[in-house]
Amino acid sequence: MLLEMNHIRKNFDGVDVLRDISLSVKQGEIVSIIGPSGSGKSTLLRCATMLETIDGGEITYMGEKAVWVENKKPVFAKKDKMKAIRSCYGLVFQNFNLFPHYSVIQNITDAPIHVQKRKKDEVFAEARELLKKMGLSDKENAYPCQLSGGQCQRVAIARALALNPKILFFDEPTSALDPELTGEVLKVIRSLADLDITMVIVTHEMSFARDISDRIIFMDGGVIALEGSPEEVFGAEHTRMKEFLGRFREK
Amino acid sequence: MSLIDIFQHLLPGIGKTIGIFVCTLVFSMPLGMIIAFGRMSKCFILRNVVKLYISVMRGTPLMLQLMVVYFGPYFIFRIQISSSYRLYAVLIAFALNYAAYFAEIYRGGIESMPQGQYEAAQLLGYGKGQTFFKIILPQVMKRILPAVTNEVITLVKDTSLAFSIAYTEMFTMAKALASSQTSVLPFVAAGIFYYVFNLLVAVVMEKLEKKLSYYR
Repeated sequence: MLLEMNHIRKNFDGVDVLRDISLSVKQGEIVSIIGPSGSGKSTLLRCATMLETIDGGEITYMGEKAVWVENKKPVFAKKDKMKAIRSCYGLVFQNFNLFPHYSVIQNITDAPIHVQKRKKDEVFAEARELLKKMGLSDKENAYPCQLSGGQCQRVAIARALALNPKILFFDEPTSALDPELTGEVLKVIRSLADLDITMVIVTHEMSFARDISDRIIFMDGGVIALEGSPEEVFGAEHTRMKEFLGRFREK
Repeated sequence: MSLIDIFQHLLPGIGKTIGIFVCTLVFSMPLGMIIAFGRMSKCFILRNVVKLYISVMRGTPLMLQLMVVYFGPYFIFRIQISSSYRLYAVLIAFALNYAAYFAEIYRGGIESMPQGQYEAAQLLGYGKGQTFFKIILPQVMKRILPAVTNEVITLVKDTSLAFSIAYTEMFTMAKALASSQTSVLPFVAAGIFYYVFNLLVAVVMEKLEKKLSYYR
């Protein structure tokens, strides 16, 4: 198992946002997490990427315990171990979070060069390859403020990929984009699926999730309400799921 | 006496005024960063001590602070002060006072940074130092530049307060010259000097702002 989350609990000011969630992801698997707003999807991703601490349970990457709870306090793995664990996942944010003072190529190459200490020429060659894949070869020297939202998100995806993560998380990658730009970003994510990268995607794009995923998780009220193959989940006789999908079809 | 004669007369004072200006910036800008971190510290005691410091520095006149720093050693500790201490007193008071203002400007800039920048840096594996110096600080600089310009321009004019402890910078000399010559012309010269100096400051700062305007 690449990622194992066991009995995760998260509480914000007395409100249980995640209530005993267990989830594991295999190498090469594509998992989509769907569900109504406030169901805890994003919080789950933020816990998995350690942007949020957990109040219960444990998270394991590649068999190495990353964080667990002792005496109601989260405990993290030792510093050097944590460094290795952190380098095996990447996250694509809803609002990109590109560095505005860096050009596109700097955004992509800075961390591989200054964090991973890899060779400059090698990193730049790889970054240009990534930009080509994203259809942004001509934007190498542009700044984020000169790009459209869709282009920004594709740069953000390239930035995450440049560190060669084993697993890539997407937190509603198209929610800040209009339908036209959504299409171009989804196309890029689809192309990653062919590359055999493990992905966990929180999304509201139902048909995209159905097409791309090996497994779909439907979250509701801080728990996993339904889990299975796209056919199983979208065809399930589950009241909440049907309500949720119904509202989407109306749109 | 013509204006040109007067400027020639004031030249040593102009040098001292520029000296106060440059030294104050060199000392107070880094000191302000340290104070800003103290002000944002998680430690309750440190945070509130720094808060009190800033409050006193901003809440009392710089002229009074100059006098406290200059006369304080004698009246409190009975230490004989030499005349060379005058310059140090000016620099200490100015640096301490301006650092408090810069600290609040830095804090405003740092706290205005969106959380997402820190999160993205964390996910990309940047350490705390790298995150601050590579990602946060450059963007903070751009954000605070207009406020810093304000402060620097005020400093140019505030250098004249050094006359309160009889440090012979330009304005002190102009005043003496005006009395001895019974003429207002030295004051006119002083006014022209401050204005031109600040014009220069404004031009330099505008250039800096332009240089940083390549991104939003």
